Amino acid sequence: MLETVKEAKNQEATAFEPRIVAFFCNWCTYLAADLAGTSRMKYPPNARVIRVMCSGRLDPQFILKAFADGADGVLIGGCHPGDCHYQEGNYKCLRRFHLLKRVVKEMGIEDGRFRLEWISASEGDRLRTVMIDMVEKVRALGPLHWNAPVEEVAVS
Amino acid sequence: MPERNGAVRVGVYVCHCGSNIAGIVDCKEVAEYAAGLIHVVVSRDYKYMCSDPGQDLIRNDIQEHKLNRIVVAACSPHLHEHTFRVATANGGLNPYYMTMVNIREQDSWVHTDRQAATEKASDLVRAAIRRVVLQRPLEKARVPIDPNVLVVGGGIAGIHAALTLANAGKHVYLVEREATIGGHMAMFDKTFPTLDCAACILTPKMSAVKAHPNITLWAYSDVEKVDGYVGNYKVRVRRRTRYIREDLCAGCQECIEACVYKQPKFADEFNQGLGKRRPIYLPFPQAIPQTPVIDRDTCIEFNEPRKIRWLTSLSQGAFSAPRGQCCLSPHFARLWKSGKCKKTCLEACGDRHAIDFKLQDQLEEIKVGTIILATGFQPFDAKRIPYYGYGHYPNVYTSLEIERLVNASGPAAGEVVLRDGKTVPKSIGIIHCVGSRDENTNRWCSRVCCMYSLKLAHLLKEHTGADIFNFYIDMRTPGKSFEEFYQRLLSEGVHFIRGKVAEVTDWVFDPSEEGKLTLRVEDTLLGVVRRIPVDMVVLSVGMEGHQDAQDVRRLFNITCSTEGFFQERHPKLAPVNTFTDGIFLAGCCQGPKDIPDTVAQAGAAAAEALALICAGYVEQEPNCAYVIEEECSGCKTCIPLCPYSAISFREDNRAEVNPVLCKGCGTCVAACPSGSLQQRMFEDDELFEEIEGVLVHA
Amino acid sequence: MPENRGYLYFPGCSLRATGVAYEESLLELFRVLDIPLQELEDWNCCGATSYMAVDEGSAFLLSARNLSIAGQKENHDLMPPCSACYLVLRKTQDYVAHYPEARRIVEEGLKAAELKPFNGVRVRHPLEILYNDVGLARIKAQTVRKWQGGKIACYYGCQAVRPYDEVDRPHDPIRMDELMRAVGAETVDYSLKTKCCGGSLTGTIHDVGVWLNYILLKEAVRKGAEAIVTICPLCQFNLDAYQSEISKEAGKAFDVPILYFTQVLGWALGGDPKALGLHRSIGGRGLVRKWFSVSQEVLAHA
Repeated sequence: MLETVKEAKNQEATAFEPRIVAFFCNWCTYLAADLAGTSRMKYPPNARVIRVMCSGRLDPQFILKAFADGADGVLIGGCHPGDCHYQEGNYKCLRRFHLLKRVVKEMGIEDGRFRLEWISASEGDRLRTVMIDMVEKVRALGPLHWNAPVEEVAVS
Repeated sequence: MPERNGAVRVGVYVCHCGSNIAGIVDCKEVAEYAAGLIHVVVSRDYKYMCSDPGQDLIRNDIQEHKLNRIVVAACSPHLHEHTFRVATANGGLNPYYMTMVNIREQDSWVHTDRQAATEKASDLVRAAIRRVVLQRPLEKARVPIDPNVLVVGGGIAGIHAALTLANAGKHVYLVEREATIGGHMAMFDKTFPTLDCAACILTPKMSAVKAHPNITLWAYSDVEKVDGYVGNYKVRVRRRTRYIREDLCAGCQECIEACVYKQPKFADEFNQGLGKRRPIYLPFPQAIPQTPVIDRDTCIEFNEPRKIRWLTSLSQGAFSAPRGQCCLSPHFARLWKSGKCKKTCLEACGDRHAIDFKLQDQLEEIKVGTIILATGFQPFDAKRIPYYGYGHYPNVYTSLEIERLVNASGPAAGEVVLRDGKTVPKSIGIIHCVGSRDENTNRWCSRVCCMYSLKLAHLLKEHTGADIFNFYIDMRTPGKSFEEFYQRLLSEGVHFIRGKVAEVTDWVFDPSEEGKLTLRVEDTLLGVVRRIPVDMVVLSVGMEGHQDAQDVRRLFNITCSTEGFFQERHPKLAPVNTFTDGIFLAGCCQGPKDIPDTVAQAGAAAAEALALICAGYVEQEPNCAYVIEEECSGCKTCIPLCPYSAISFREDNRAEVNPVLCKGCGTCVAACPSGSLQQRMFEDDELFEEIEGVLVHA
Repeated sequence: MPENRGYLYFPGCSLRATGVAYEESLLELFRVLDIPLQELEDWNCCGATSYMAVDEGSAFLLSARNLSIAGQKENHDLMPPCSACYLVLRKTQDYVAHYPEARRIVEEGLKAAELKPFNGVRVRHPLEILYNDVGLARIKAQTVRKWQGGKIACYYGCQAVRPYDEVDRPHDPIRMDELMRAVGAETVDYSLKTKCCGGSLTGTIHDVGVWLNYILLKEAVRKGAEAIVTICPLCQFNLDAYQSEISKEAGKAFDVPILYFTQVLGWALGGDPKALGLHRSIGGRGLVRKWFSVSQEVLAHA
C-alpha cells in the first residue's frame, strides 16, 4: 500500500504542474503581461491572473483563499516603489505582504510559494522571467496540498 | 446583496480573433465547456467579437434570450472593454453586467501547449462567469472638463500645439524652462530636406505665440506640482525671476550693452559654449519673450559662491585643453562675488525701471483640464565615447556646435573656422550614429542623424569648400524627399564611406597627417582599413530622453519606457496618449523624430485635448470606494490611508468617501477590518468568486 | 590599511627572465614604501595569453592552481605585476564566478589535484594598488628626488586595461601619468598609450611585431617624449630590444629609454639606484645614466 502511494506521489511529482494564482495591478503588471503577449514572449501556462486596480486592493484574505482553494503558489505584481498610479498603494501592499508572509510561513507555506514582484508596464520580459522562475520554484517545492484531508493519528 | 433582476442568465462569447486566439486555444471547446456551467444560457464562439456582427450577437442575444450577464473571452480589456460595454448597453443591459476575459495577450499569444492554453481559457471563463453573477449595475460618473490647457515645453512641438489650441478658442498656459521659447529648432541653421532656414519658419510661430490673446506664456518657469485628474488638474508653476519685469521691459537691450563686463566672459549656453555672454543677456536675438535675463550665478550683484555652471550644465562643451575662447578671465576667478556691483544696467534702463534686483520667484496656481507634455530631447553626451576624442582634441565638434557655427547669427557669424578662431578646415569627417545603435550607449536609432549629417555635409561644403567624408553604417532616409536629398548630396562630391569609425586619433603615421585628426575606419565596401586625416571631425550625436525625465514623469503620474522617453499608451494606435487620462505627449519627449513628425504629433495631441474639451465632460469608470454605513464601526483605519484624502470622518462616527476625489485604488477597502468599505467593480465577494472560480472546478 | 598588511606577490615567469628589472624595481619600491610582499609559494606559470588562446579550460586550471594557493593564505590580495599574468588570473576568477561551465572545469580540476576552491581572492595590478592603496598624496609626500629626466610617454599596453577596468580606464587611462607627475615628471599626451605592442608577435611574426613597436616609438618621439614608461614586461621588452633594428629599417635613430614605472617611482622615493635594475636597459643607456645619476660601473653590472 505504501509503495503504491509512494509511486503515485513520485509520478505526481514528475507530472506536477503547479497552479499559481497571480494578482496583477491594472496599471503596471497587467500591462506588462499584455506587452509580453503583444511581443509574443513565451512562458508556462500555470498562472491564472486576477486583475485589480492597484496592488493595494489586495486583502490578505484573497491570498489565504487562493491557497485554501488549491493554489500551489500566489504571485502579486505591482508597480515599482515610487511609481504607483495611486501614489502609495504598492507600499501598503508591501507592508501587508511582509506580515502575511510570516503568518503563512507558520502555517506551513514555504518560501517561494508566496511572492511579490514589482513589474512596470514596459517590463514584459521581466514578467516572463518571473513567471518562468516562479513556476520552476513551485514545481520543485511540490504540490501544497493545503486542503488535503489530514491523516488520522491514533491518540493513545 | 447584489440586485437580482430575476434569475441570472449569462451569455458567454469566446472570440477566435481570426487565428490569433483560435490558433492555440480551442475556442469551440471553451464555449462548449461554458455552456455546461450553471447560469449559462447562451455560449458561443465567434471569429471576431469586436466586429459589428460580433457585437450584434451580444445585442441580439440579450434581447432574444433575456440575458442579464455577459462574459466575453477575447483580447485584453485594455483594448476592447469599452467596445463590449457599448454592445451590452445597446442590447438594453447595464454595461457593468459585462466582464471580459483575456485569452489572447495573456493566453494564446504567450503559450504554445494547446491543451494547457485551452484549459487556462476555460478556467478563466469559469471564474468570470462566477464573478459576473455578482456584479452590480453601475452608472458612469461624469466629470466636467476645464477648457484650459497646460502645454509644458516651448519648442516647436509645444508652440504648434499651443497655437492650434489657441486658434480653436481655448486658453493655453505655455510653460517653458529656458528663458526663451524655440527649443532646439531655434538653434538649427537650415532644416532638411528643403534647406529652409529654421529661424525663418520658426520665428513667425514664436511671435504668434507671444501675440495670441489666448496664450499665457511663462518662460523661465518650471512646473512644480500637479494635482487632480483628467478635466480637473491643479498645477503650481514656479516663474523664476529674471530680475527684469517683462511688462516694463521695452526690449531695447541697452542694459546688456551697459553691463560692467565690457567683454562677455561666460559660456553661452545657446551657442553650445562656443560663444560668450554677459551675466545679463538675451539667449538669441529673436528670443521670445524679448526680455533679457540676469543670471544669478554669474552676476556680481548676487553675493553667493559662483557655481561654474557652464562647466557642468552643458551636456557637451567645456574642454580640458584651454581654448582661448571660453575661459573666465583670471581677474574674476575668485569664488565669492562681491555682492556690490555698479549696476550700470539699472542706470541704462533709466525711467523704465524694468530692472529690479529685489524681485523674487513667483508661484502661480492654475486650473487646467488637460496637459500636453512637449519637453523635447537631450542630445547624447559625446564625452561618453572617449575614443572619438570629444573634449580631448579641440577640433572634434558635436552636430549642435556645427549648427551654431554655420548659422549666420551664431558665434562666428557663419564663418566655419576651427577652435583657433581662424583656420578654415580643408577636410571634414562627419561620423554618423554617435551614441546610437550601440549596446554600450543607446540601442535605438535616433532617426534624424543620417538626414542632418547629410544636411551638415551640404552646408559645410557650401561654407568651406572642404573635402567632406561621411562615415555611416546605414543611410536612413525614410521621409518625403529624403532619399532625393541623399542623391543630391551624392552628386555634390561628398565622400561616403560605409563603416563605423573605430577611433579619432592624432597619431601620425605619414607626414601628411601631421597636425590633423586621423579617423581610422574599416571601409566595408572596399574591405580595407583606412586612415583618413581631416582638419575637423563632426560627431552626429543621437537623441535621448532628458536626464530628469524620471522626475518629470513622476510629477505628472505617467510612465517612461526603458529607453528613457515618455511612454505612450499604445505605440501604433495611441502614440500621443499616456496611461493617465488627460495627459498627452508631443514631439521628441515621446521618441526621436524630425520636425515634420513633431509638428504632426503636436497637432494630434492638440486634437486629443480638444476632443475632451469639446465633449465637455469625461466619463469616469465607477470604481470608487463606498461605505456600507450600517456596518461601519468608526474605527478610522481607512482615513489616513487615502493618498487623495478622499475619506472623511462624519459627525455620526461613520467614514464617508468623496466619490469625486476617490481614484479607485481600493487600498482602504483592503484595510477595513469590518468589510464595510467596498470598491465598486472590485467588491470583495466578486473577487472571492473569481479566485474560487479559477481554482475549483464547478 | 591594506598596505600594512602587504600583498601576495606573484612574479610570473617574465619577471624572473627578461623582466627582471621589473621585479628588482618593484621590490625596491615596496621596500621603500614599507609594504610587505610575500611571494606566493610554489606558484606556477600562468600560461599567459598563448595558453588561453589554445585551450581555455587548461589555461583556467593553470591559473586556478595559483588562485587556490592564494586562497589558503590569510591575505587574499594577489598582485601579479605582469599584465598578461594579471589578465589571465583575473579572467579565470571572473569566468569561474559567472560561467557554470568554467566553474565545473575548475572545481573538478582542483578536486583532482586535491586543492581547495578559491573564494574571495582579489587579483590586483600594482598600478592600481599604488594608485588606490598608497595614493598620490603619499607618493608626492615621500618623494625625495624629483624626476630630473626628460618628458615621459606613459604606455599602458592593452591587457591591463581591457576588458577589466579596475586598473584604469580602458580607452584613456591616466593613473600612470598621474603617478609620474606626482614625482615631478612631465608627461606627454600619448595617443597610442593602449595600442598593442604585438606581445609575442615579435617572436612569431617578427616583421609585424617590430612594425607595431616602430609605430609606438615614432609617435612617442613625435609628441616630444624622451622616455617611455611601461607597466608590462613584454611591452618593455618589445619596445626596448628592437630599437637598433627599427632604426636601421626606418633610417632614423631610436635610442629611447624604456623604463618601468616602478623604476621611476622607486628612484624618486629614495630607493637605491643600484637596486632598480637600470643596468638591464638597452635603449637610451646614456640618458638613463644621466637621469638616475648612476655611474657607468653600475650600468655595466650584469
